[in-house]
Amino acid sequence: MTSVKPRTPQTISGGQKPLFTGNDWDFDTIRRIHDACEGIAGPELGLSWYPNQIEIITAEQMLDAYASIGMPLFYKHWSFGKHFAQHEAGYRRGLMGLAYEIVINSDPCISYVMEENTATMQTLVIAHAAFGHNHFFKNNYLFRQWTDAEGILDYLDFAKSFIARCEERYGHQAVEQVLDAAHALMSQGVHRYPRKKRPDLASEQRRERERVEHGEQIYNDLWRTLPQKTGAVRSDAAAERRKALLELPQENILYFLEKVAPRLRPWQREILRIVRLVAQYFYPQRQTKVMNEGCATYSHYRIMNSLSEKGLITEAAYLEFLQSHTNVIRQPTYDDRSYGGHNPYAIGFAMMQDIARIVEQPTQEDRAWFPDIAGTGDAMAVLRDCWANYRDESFIQQFLSPKLMRDLRLFHVVDDPDEPELRVEAIHDERGYRKMRRSFARQYDVAWLDPDIEVVDVDLEGDRRLILHHKALNKITLQKDDAKRVLQHLADLWGYDVVLKEVEPATGTVLGEISASARPIFF
Amino acid sequence: MHIVDRRLNPGGKSLPNRQRFLRRVKDVAQRAVRESAREKDIKDLGKDGRVTVPADGVREPRFSRQPGTGLQDHILPGNKTYVEGDTIERPPGGGGGRGSGEGGEGGENSEDAFRFVLTREEFLELFLEDLELPDLAKRRLAVVETEGLRRAGYTVTGSPANLALTRTLRNSMSRRIALKRPKPEEVAALEAQLAGMRDSDPGRPDVERALLKLRERAKRIPYVDPIDLRFRRFEPYPRPIAQAVMFCLMDVSGSMTEHMKDLAKRFYILLHIFLTRRYRHVEIVFIRHTDRATEVDEETFFGSRETGGTLVSSALVEMKRVIAERYDPNDWNIYAAQASDGDNVSSDGPTSTELLRAHILPACQHFAYLEVGDENGPRAGFVEHRTTLWRTYEAIAKAGGPIAMRKVNHRREIYPVFRELFGRKDARAEAEA
Repeated sequence: MTSVKPRTPQTISGGQKPLFTGNDWDFDTIRRIHDACEGIAGPELGLSWYPNQIEIITAEQMLDAYASIGMPLFYKHWSFGKHFAQHEAGYRRGLMGLAYEIVINSDPCISYVMEENTATMQTLVIAHAAFGHNHFFKNNYLFRQWTDAEGILDYLDFAKSFIARCEERYGHQAVEQVLDAAHALMSQGVHRYPRKKRPDLASEQRRERERVEHGEQIYNDLWRTLPQKTGAVRSDAAAERRKALLELPQENILYFLEKVAPRLRPWQREILRIVRLVAQYFYPQRQTKVMNEGCATYSHYRIMNSLSEKGLITEAAYLEFLQSHTNVIRQPTYDDRSYGGHNPYAIGFAMMQDIARIVEQPTQEDRAWFPDIAGTGDAMAVLRDCWANYRDESFIQQFLSPKLMRDLRLFHVVDDPDEPELRVEAIHDERGYRKMRRSFARQYDVAWLDPDIEVVDVDLEGDRRLILHHKALNKITLQKDDAKRVLQHLADLWGYDVVLKEVEPATGTVLGEISASARPIFF
Repeated sequence: MHIVDRRLNPGGKSLPNRQRFLRRVKDVAQRAVRESAREKDIKDLGKDGRVTVPADGVREPRFSRQPGTGLQDHILPGNKTYVEGDTIERPPGGGGGRGSGEGGEGGENSEDAFRFVLTREEFLELFLEDLELPDLAKRRLAVVETEGLRRAGYTVTGSPANLALTRTLRNSMSRRIALKRPKPEEVAALEAQLAGMRDSDPGRPDVERALLKLRERAKRIPYVDPIDLRFRRFEPYPRPIAQAVMFCLMDVSGSMTEHMKDLAKRFYILLHIFLTRRYRHVEIVFIRHTDRATEVDEETFFGSRETGGTLVSSALVEMKRVIAERYDPNDWNIYAAQASDGDNVSSDGPTSTELLRAHILPACQHFAYLEVGDENGPRAGFVEHRTTLWRTYEAIAKAGGPIAMRKVNHRREIYPVFRELFGRKDARAEAEA
């Protein structure tokens, strides 16, 4: 990262020529805007980013991009056509505005901006996506660990042509069925932890040798005299071994099917792999919604303000920016008709602002709650550290301050079906801060939100029935209809019977069971 | 930093996705489309391509938690009055209440149908799938070409109307530059210089001479020379005919009920939609007849009633006249559809046969005869009654004449009959097999 200078807006006087006046822009304007933003993002904010590639697209192309989850080259599937029809209908009836921008975590980082945007909006979008999101993609540990920004475009290209070739060779229908099934299991197609590496022969031998040496070193004849445990050897040793060989339990169902499903053909495995890798690529984005948007929103806010202070954008443009900025970070309260959950932009931006405040002008409370950062004086350094090393859940758990909870007037309601009424568990007061912060953070823990489903056992030499468990947390069961359909897809891929048990993790009681048999569609 | 202008790329990237989507919902969409053909007012057919698909067919299932089961936590913004330990009445409509992001949907209510709009093209594609114009290939080879004119570069001769001004002046300018024709400014400059001189100036004769030289040169080298002229050239080329005329013949005598006319109308409209898909330009000629035939406009054709006997040949004579007058079979693809309840004066049979065989059928691409019947259909128990006209036409068809005939009693039979008449041969063979 580049060196950091404290913000000194007073020393920079206005009076430079504005980058643009009015709404019109051309490529030269875009270039100047980019360069001006770069001049602030680097020296003033200390951001670091992948090289930028800004692509101008039309509204229709934006709809196209929407439909295939924002990726420029994606394989073809009917569900994207369905989403397109939905979005288009919404857009035409005026129910839905289009996003101003879509940004892709790749190197170079591609930002799509719409041609309809005004020059101010283009500035905002460039500051937001090409610097804010871009910095986050490049620096956050989740993205660094799980995504390959350099390779993603090539991989998508490969995936697209591979699936097109399969369609030519095996027919649309066959490919579509595999894709349907794989899409149904997509959210069960991610690794949440790095897998352990399979040891190679050399290290296996070394370990064996070391074990023997160790045994020799600690050899003591006395142990021989101890009485042996009598009774049968543990009977489930075979089952244990079987599970270990199959790496069970396995929560990445697509991975398990790809590696183990007995009847899939190689091209079908490859398609499962493609869907799985795409899911894995997007997994960090789901885990960092608040942070990612918070980082981008805070960056654009700082950049736009700095541009304005330098006189690089006119007052009219600044007002236009403020108007859309406040729209973006609006958080309706729970009783508002437009309330639809927490707005990640609002929470993210508020938290970033709050952290900057704690760093620069802490109160006594802040010093007690955040002794590490309160009053250290360099807000950007702290923020950059947050952006690099946290995800939503840990970030909120660590940095949501009492003041912000008071500002947002957060409260915690528990809905227990056994009780006649809802209960207010905590509010924004001294007793509630920590409890509420914990529950709030949990709501952003993707692993907590996604149903926890694992492949637990299969007897490959017996009836090959695949057994899955859903750990029904707090006794929340799966939605029956959909679960049945997904299980049907799973059974089709597996080729034999499949059973899913709803298990309460604490007691091990089985709350319900769904099963499915394979239809002969793939084989 | 790069800026890439993707607008230049053609849009419609998700067109293949849409095609896949339509293929997925094809059965349902096709059913909906044909339903609309049957039930809707046929005038609006294809205009409103709204199709509703049950969500079932395009469902994308995922494992998800059932809302309203188990213990659920909600963190909400904007607390005004609550303190810890308060209880809130459960809002109607299920758990969670304000967590409507997750709460509202789900359950049985979300089984909403998925609605989308087909373009006119897609609608007609589904509507007319597997249909083909009969014997088109054969006819095309023979007569479907005519002469047209198109631009073909420039020529040095031609009529003034075709003068290519830009090209001509470009030639003129290059010639003027090459031959160094004096520019008007140069002449004007010399003139000004001359005007500024007194008679006694020693340089004056030189300037006068130079001016004279320039003027003469300008005269010798004209501004536009015949050699500069260029004309736009046109050349003839064979042009395939893309026009068709559709003859609607109908018996409007008293025996034709409103129901029968409605059946006929539906058939005509299907034919019209079908033809407009194939030909850029389609004209319709309406000929109605009792014992006399007249060419009328659409409204009169379907609307008004006539009384009188029935003489089919009169309509055929009228059609022959119209063809001779306006629709040269060399330029037009001619389709005819006749609707009748089958009555005819028995003495008219041979005349009609002769007219059809000698004049009408050779000129037509296709001649369809639609016998419309009573809504209740042929009464059960009776031996199927063959009408006079049916027998006449059947004889022609048996002799190998290009005539297709079907009987229709009910509205719902129109579309199947239409498909039967125009169905692709192989598709039909498959269906029968």
